[in-house]
Amino acid sequence: MKKKKMSIHRTALLMLVLAVGLAACGTSKDEPASTTEGGTTAATGGDTIKVGILHSLSGTMSISEVSVKDAEMMAIEEINAKGGVLGKQIEPVIEDGASDWPTFAEKARKLLSENKVATVFGGWTSASRKAMLPVFEELNGLLWYPVQYEGLESSPNIFYTGATTNQQIVPAVTWLLENRGKKFYLLGSDYVFPRTANKIIKEQLKAEGGELVGEEYTPLGHTDYSTIITKIKEAKPDVVFNTLNGDSNVAFFKQLKDAGITSKDLTTLSVSVAEEEIRGIGADVLTGHLAAWNYYETTDTPQNKTFVENYKKKYGNDRVTADPIEAGYDAVYLWAAAVEKAGSTDVAKVKEAAKGLEWDAPEGKVKIDGATQHLYKTVRIGEVQSGGMFKELWNSGEPVKPDPYLKGYTWAATLSVGN
Amino acid sequence: MTQTWSRARIWALIGYAVAAAAMFAAPLYLSDFRLNLLAKFLAFAIVALGLDLIWGYTGILSLGHGVFFGLGGYAMAMHLKLQASGGRMPDFMDWSGLTALPAFWKPFESLGFAFLAGLLIPGVLALILGYVTFRNRIRGVYFTILTQALVIIATTLLIGQQAYTGGTNGITGYSKIAGQSISSPDTKQMLYWVTAIFLVVAFVLCRFLVKSRFGKVLRAIRDGENRVRFIGYNPALYQMTAFAISGVLAGLAGMLFVLHVGIISPSMLGIVPSIEMVLWVAIGGRGTLIGAVLGAVLMNGAKSEISAQYPDAWTFIMGALFIVVVVFLPGGVTGLVERLKFRKRSVSEHEQEAVRHPAV
Amino acid sequence: MAIYITQLFNGLSVSSILLLIALGLAITFGLMNVINMAHGELIMIGAYATYVTQNMFKSALPASMFDYYYILAIPVSFAIAFLFGWLLELSLIRHLYGRPLDSLLATWGVGLALQQLARSIFGAPNVGVTSPSWLDGGLTIMEGVVLPYKRLFIIALVIICLLAMYFYIYRSRAGRNMRAVMQNRDMAACLGISTRRVDAVTFAIGSGIAGIAGCALTLLGPIGPSLGTYYIVDAFMVVVLGGVGKLVGTLLGALGIGMTNTLFEYWTNASLGKVLVFVCIVAFLQWRPRGFVAMRTRSLD
Repeated sequence: MKKKKMSIHRTALLMLVLAVGLAACGTSKDEPASTTEGGTTAATGGDTIKVGILHSLSGTMSISEVSVKDAEMMAIEEINAKGGVLGKQIEPVIEDGASDWPTFAEKARKLLSENKVATVFGGWTSASRKAMLPVFEELNGLLWYPVQYEGLESSPNIFYTGATTNQQIVPAVTWLLENRGKKFYLLGSDYVFPRTANKIIKEQLKAEGGELVGEEYTPLGHTDYSTIITKIKEAKPDVVFNTLNGDSNVAFFKQLKDAGITSKDLTTLSVSVAEEEIRGIGADVLTGHLAAWNYYETTDTPQNKTFVENYKKKYGNDRVTADPIEAGYDAVYLWAAAVEKAGSTDVAKVKEAAKGLEWDAPEGKVKIDGATQHLYKTVRIGEVQSGGMFKELWNSGEPVKPDPYLKGYTWAATLSVGN
Repeated sequence: MTQTWSRARIWALIGYAVAAAAMFAAPLYLSDFRLNLLAKFLAFAIVALGLDLIWGYTGILSLGHGVFFGLGGYAMAMHLKLQASGGRMPDFMDWSGLTALPAFWKPFESLGFAFLAGLLIPGVLALILGYVTFRNRIRGVYFTILTQALVIIATTLLIGQQAYTGGTNGITGYSKIAGQSISSPDTKQMLYWVTAIFLVVAFVLCRFLVKSRFGKVLRAIRDGENRVRFIGYNPALYQMTAFAISGVLAGLAGMLFVLHVGIISPSMLGIVPSIEMVLWVAIGGRGTLIGAVLGAVLMNGAKSEISAQYPDAWTFIMGALFIVVVVFLPGGVTGLVERLKFRKRSVSEHEQEAVRHPAV
Repeated sequence: MAIYITQLFNGLSVSSILLLIALGLAITFGLMNVINMAHGELIMIGAYATYVTQNMFKSALPASMFDYYYILAIPVSFAIAFLFGWLLELSLIRHLYGRPLDSLLATWGVGLALQQLARSIFGAPNVGVTSPSWLDGGLTIMEGVVLPYKRLFIIALVIICLLAMYFYIYRSRAGRNMRAVMQNRDMAACLGISTRRVDAVTFAIGSGIAGIAGCALTLLGPIGPSLGTYYIVDAFMVVVLGGVGKLVGTLLGALGIGMTNTLFEYWTNASLGKVLVFVCIVAFLQWRPRGFVAMRTRSLD
């Protein structure tokens, strides 16, 4: 018995050595480069410029993120077809964040320090961005983050191409107060974006004469909304401001309709329901409900016509475009324009060149605000039509200046948002 | 146990020495990024050791080790976050409407306190859970399902108390540890060595435990709990102790994980990571300590390599591994090696060995 | 008053859904002692089977026929999940009898693979299932109290399933064979019962009921690859709380969890309600480790 065990250990140990060796061999070729800090200039070394694409391709978040990846790939192909950037082709390095925040941090680190990419396009959830942020700041990388979020952030290493709160939530609340009623019920999934957004909304309601009649958070993946709907009925709000995420929206809207409440009885405005989500919920269930975004597939610009056409041609007629998809597409073009202007992929130079950069995006004109590294974006409120597309009810007329810390709003002073 | 210095024993010692040398010398031949990955894997190996202790040796399957791992991680993360905010309130509390640092956060200013908390909180929680369940003779699958309830409770609470815990985002954005910048290569190397030392300590501790009388009772409980009870032992006491030790090891691993990865969030406490931890042990070989270490390192290495290239295929591979290992290779990789060795010697010995891992 | 009735009904409705998802588990876990973590994915298969049936009706039949797709979808979901269950038993589960913890891990692997399979075939985003128009709306029993037809339908469906199970297990020859095999395998085999066949059929029936649950859930919730993960833990809690081996235990378990959940959620909020329910379950099991209805046995492990 004893002798036998020893041999097990020996073999096992040899394998451990092997494992360590294995981890080592992949790296030897990168050795010389690993000393250069950040490695942002190494990306231009060859005939191509490497860029990272880091979204969840597996796990729960792949529902949303795969389409953004597709749009970014399409933008890269389009740019490459026109001759690339600085005369070089863009070479995407795709990594999977696997819907897991530490994985996002790990893969970001890999892209920057192993692949030496010039920039990274990626992330969806706030949690994934927060996880990547320290990595980008430490290695002085550049991240383009394409999704609307809760604001209160402005990292020197991130460009935010989605809306911040004053480009989506704040104008939507003002519009609702003017057009739909004063009594608000806040419903959200239990995570950071809804809680922060609702905190802002509550201050705004106080300042603009609204009334809060209820606030409720449900765990991620919650699927039974019967009790919540009872509570909403009891509270008798004019408006339900909905910050639920993906799957919970399906359950909520289906069950709301079954409880006999339609968009005629109650206004709901969602900030996380776009064209893609509508298909999973069913347009029949959602008809008449509202959403606030910066872009819809139906947005009427010449750029959008080509964008939608190309996207459908490439990925199939049954696919739809949506706000974050468009923001991901914008990000690639904006980065390419900044690189052309800077004549280099160096992070500091690209950031400098990006200041004030304008571009005719599918959503209309966008401009990079140098101070916050967010975009000027047009706000749009849309109503779901029976075909699953949005009809625009209102827009802000011109791109709104980003204000992630809501410094321009006196009522927001009480939010004590640090910095 | 007579100490015979047989050839096999000498070879084994040499093997250990080489492995240890390779592990400690890793900073010499690995890039910063790879070193960071390996450090993370070594942290995982510690939690795998703990799991092996209760699953491989005691026959209790916990699908809640993510909770102990996470609690350790949170303890360390709270300390690092306080360090990073330099005496002010952490940023997420600000957004969530707190005006003052909650009292339970204050002691985490001290690294020593945070470290002790990271060991003791998971340990005590495991002890309490073990006390109420094992004493009531809740075991086998019932225990396993209860640990899942624990996971749900813990994650829902952590997410719900955003002002105190950072919600789904978890706690991230650290800058310093013990006065040093946490991102500098020197600190990272130091942290790697710290992790390697802790792994060795944990390994030696577990080895001592399983070789001792205590370990023999654990194995006896695995193979026939009632028989152990009838000879006059109180199995609950042993199960509780093993479970608590396992919880402490998971907490330790969680703390080290946070140091290397720079984030802890409720998703790390979830059911999926908890089950993945079990898979590492299963792959490496339950009931052998080296198997647990090996499983954790190999599986995670393979995950970060393969999932990068074929994200879709990785899920299939992991699913297939679960099935293959459980059905055909109950002894994992070490079991396979063992079997191959035996086939050469004698069939009867091989069959004897199969009895060593009866159905759990 | 209206609120109490509505909430009582909601509790009943939540319980009925829990019962439906747990019924299949009660068979595979309660009778066969196999922990099938892929149960959630069998529910998902049922849901996708409904989706495919709907699409076939949409493309092949005139629009006037569309509303009847759901009637066909129920047996189709059952059949497809039954088939999957059968294959699963033949290929994998039969190696795992008597090793419940191993069956847990292996079926978890199966679940992972099935989720990824669904993602490859149907794509990661949720798919839409239009519920038949005859289930739209609800029954107004008094001012402010609307009982949605879909929830009533699910309650009816679960009662039918429960009765069918009862008659199958306790009143039919096949069920008697099944119970005989579960109680004393060797004895049953000696008396000429094909135990292998009984095992396979039992497991497949448990899976088939999961398929029906999936079909029912398309009325209320999302249909996506991770659908099963939302329900699997709840389903196990129902079975464990109820006590294994008896259908009435599962019924009590579902009612217990469904009612308390609705109550707590109404009093506090959804997150805290969920935590409280799980704490209650853990506490209850301290008091009665074998659940509401325990099979009496003198045997030790």
